[in-house]
Amino acid sequence: MTRPIYPFSAIVGQEELKLALIISAIDPTIGGVLAFGDRGTGKSTTVRALAALLPPVRAIRGCRFNCDPDGSAPCEECKARAREGKLPARFIRVPVVDLPLGATEDRVVGALDLERALTRGEKAFETGLLARANRGFLYIDEVNLLEDFLVDLLLDVAASGENVVEREGMSLRHPARFVLIGSGNPEEGELRPQLLDRFGLSVEVRTPQDLPSRIEVVRRRDAFERDPVAFAASWRNENRKLRRKVSVARSRVNLIAVPEPILEQAARLCLTLGTDGLRGELTLMRAARALAAYEGSESVNTAHLKVVAPSSLRHRLRRDPLDEAGSTVRVELALQKTFG
Amino acid sequence: MLNGGGEAAPERSLWEEAVMAATLFAVDPVGLGGIVVRSKYGPVRDQWLEFLRSILPDHVPFRKLPLYAADERLFGGLDLAATLAHGKPIAERGLLADMDGGYLIVPSCERMEPALASRLGLVMDAGAVHVEREAASLTHPARFGVIALDESEGADEAPPLALLERLGLRIDLTDLSYRDVTLATTSEEEIAAARALLASVEVPDKIIAGLCAAASAFGVYSLRAPIFAVRAARAAAALAGRTEAEDEDAALAALFVLAPRATMTPAPEQPPQEQEEDEPPPDDKDQDSEEQKAAEEDKPLTDMIIAASEAAIPKHILSNRSGKTVKVPANAPAGKSGSERSNATRGRPAGVRRGEPRPGSPISLIETLRAAAPWQKIRRAFANAHHRTEEEGVVRTLEKIEVRSDDFRVKRLKARSQTATIFAVDASGSTAMQRLAETKGAIELLLAECYIRRDQVALIAFRGKGAEMLLPPTRSLTRAKRSLAALAGGGGTPLASGINAAAALALNVRRKGISPLIVLLTDGRANITAEGKPGRDRAQNDASIAGRRLRAEGIATMLVDTSPRPQIQAERLAQEMAARYLPLPYANAAAISKAARMAAKA
Repeated sequence: MTRPIYPFSAIVGQEELKLALIISAIDPTIGGVLAFGDRGTGKSTTVRALAALLPPVRAIRGCRFNCDPDGSAPCEECKARAREGKLPARFIRVPVVDLPLGATEDRVVGALDLERALTRGEKAFETGLLARANRGFLYIDEVNLLEDFLVDLLLDVAASGENVVEREGMSLRHPARFVLIGSGNPEEGELRPQLLDRFGLSVEVRTPQDLPSRIEVVRRRDAFERDPVAFAASWRNENRKLRRKVSVARSRVNLIAVPEPILEQAARLCLTLGTDGLRGELTLMRAARALAAYEGSESVNTAHLKVVAPSSLRHRLRRDPLDEAGSTVRVELALQKTFG
Repeated sequence: MLNGGGEAAPERSLWEEAVMAATLFAVDPVGLGGIVVRSKYGPVRDQWLEFLRSILPDHVPFRKLPLYAADERLFGGLDLAATLAHGKPIAERGLLADMDGGYLIVPSCERMEPALASRLGLVMDAGAVHVEREAASLTHPARFGVIALDESEGADEAPPLALLERLGLRIDLTDLSYRDVTLATTSEEEIAAARALLASVEVPDKIIAGLCAAASAFGVYSLRAPIFAVRAARAAAALAGRTEAEDEDAALAALFVLAPRATMTPAPEQPPQEQEEDEPPPDDKDQDSEEQKAAEEDKPLTDMIIAASEAAIPKHILSNRSGKTVKVPANAPAGKSGSERSNATRGRPAGVRRGEPRPGSPISLIETLRAAAPWQKIRRAFANAHHRTEEEGVVRTLEKIEVRSDDFRVKRLKARSQTATIFAVDASGSTAMQRLAETKGAIELLLAECYIRRDQVALIAFRGKGAEMLLPPTRSLTRAKRSLAALAGGGGTPLASGINAAAALALNVRRKGISPLIVLLTDGRANITAEGKPGRDRAQNDASIAGRRLRAEGIATMLVDTSPRPQIQAERLAQEMAARYLPLPYANAAAISKAARMAAKA
């Protein structure tokens, strides 16, 4: 009954967004992707298509939080069960969970299980969206319109990697490590700087301007709508290849070397731009490493750095309301200055 | 009317076009997403809805969306009342799941909360409602078409974009009167036949290309628009009993999908350029020539599509060929104030959240009781167990409802700290450019600061014959920068028009529960009347009248006197408006933004 998802590899254009999503899938510690741009550019389609690209992961069977059987920080329930013997595991799809605007706090963090409370008078927790998103992706469309109290809550959970709910002597504590994906249109409201900084990569999405690409988008969409199953089938091979590439890159990413001169270049670039804190530099390095792994290189080179610099840094520049030039332009100028 | 196939397309009246849109929608309600019907409440709209109902089978759901319904009622969840009454969980399917295969009417869609629009959008994208419960995640199919009734007035009121984007068709019944309504002859059977044919209709590549090119010519960049247009062309072909879409189907699609979304008028035709017959280079560096080629091939079809649909371009785009700004009528209706005014001072309720009641966050009794309800059994059991040990087996049932601090829910008020600062700037005379530039700087400074408080800023400029809204209320710095990139100055001083336009906008903003503040930058010397005619005395008098009206509405106002030497006219006008008067001879961006901030706090 569920419709097939539009295949990732069939998406026309959107190269920067696609690459950013792939990079964050290769190295989730980079901290997610923010896609800002006009409506109707296919942001949501691209993000939702990502799910099919992610290699399945092993999870403990019956765990509400998809705990990793080989992970170092299992949830309390798995810890308790582990004392009684080895836990069975299975492969699951990486969860991609939607956080809709207007979601209540209860729905996000979890709340009293009404059913059990009302029928049996038992205190039990029903988990929320954060539990389902553990080890996966949490997608917030129109993230710039999100209620402030939800933003605070997300920032808190994202920082600690753990969701803690305390109500009337009952407490729930579970791992909540997820990659945050946000999208929105900056013309409808700005994003708070604290949240902006949380995103590892930030991408400016535009609709393709050239007519042939636009026609191709519409043509493919039409073909997909008319026969989703056949359309998905015709792209299955491409998607499979991409998935394999991501999978290989994932296993190699920690072996990629970062030569000293590259580290220096990255530092100089951040200095030129005056980015606050170390986060920018760290993200830049990690993203460049993930890209090197994806492209099958043994070590990071200047070209990798140049490709990922705009998305790693453009949202970390100090705001100057009277500066007319966009942040992308500023990063490009700094790139020229640093690399000539 | 049509260049391509003049005889093929019959001449239709506005009403017949609206009827045509209804039939297309009935053929593919889910694919087209929905239809926005712009109109005031009245018999024409009722007739249109009645027609739509008449061509649909009786059993199809055709229902109104209650705008303020509880979440569970719409999206499904646990029916709390029924669950409490029966002592066992009773799930509620939710209205949207019930709407599968049907038509959902959204009345006054311009009032819909963005949050609701975005959740509705999720459901429409997925064609299903997901209800997440721990044990199982339920999915109900919910594929429906939306009829959004848009009663918005003026340029600054509009349905939420998340909704607009997803509704393919748009019609405007504003200019129709009851006399224009004629009997429509489409039957339920014709629609059913078209629906059966729909899946087998081919849309040729050249029509897809033509629709994409027309969308670009109208300045419609969202790719959803041409996708909807292709579907509309397919529905039109099916309705005509054909299995291949033709040019006239594309023209209809553009009329209902593309032209109403236009952000600019199509550029006048350019002489065809000589194309060299060289092999185009295979790499995509030379995209220009390829683009040109694609456009060139389908030029006649694109032109025909544009010509056939131009009538549906929104009026404010046509009247303003620069396509950048939106005009405000000089004598905009003063708006209905009154009942909503008492709300405005305290802010509009914007949902509830957990927390201690405090001044400014009043307790929501009902939500608190709702939160406490599920716990009653647990708390009673606990209390009873407790009493038994203390009082040696005397079982006492608690009669009252146990409410703990965890249950407290407080109302969140939206406008408590929200203001909209409306700059009304005198853009006349020789010093206009300077004043505009500094105001622009002030706006950007204010916006750069206000992302925390989420305040809005708007800009109205007046010069020549009237006032113009250059920046509708926004809190987006990005948008402000884009809108304020090019400003024009010079000409006479229609002060009354400026004040009236600012007042109209302020009242509109206040109706949304946001407190307006008008910052008027002028030297107070008017020379154009409210009607746009020259005449110093009349103009001055008109400005006084406009000022007194502003005061009667009780709108907070500040008058910044920008002339080199403070003017008596300006000070007098400030008194008439009950405005704070601030002489600021060398007004610069920082000083203006500081003054506005102070005034907003006061």
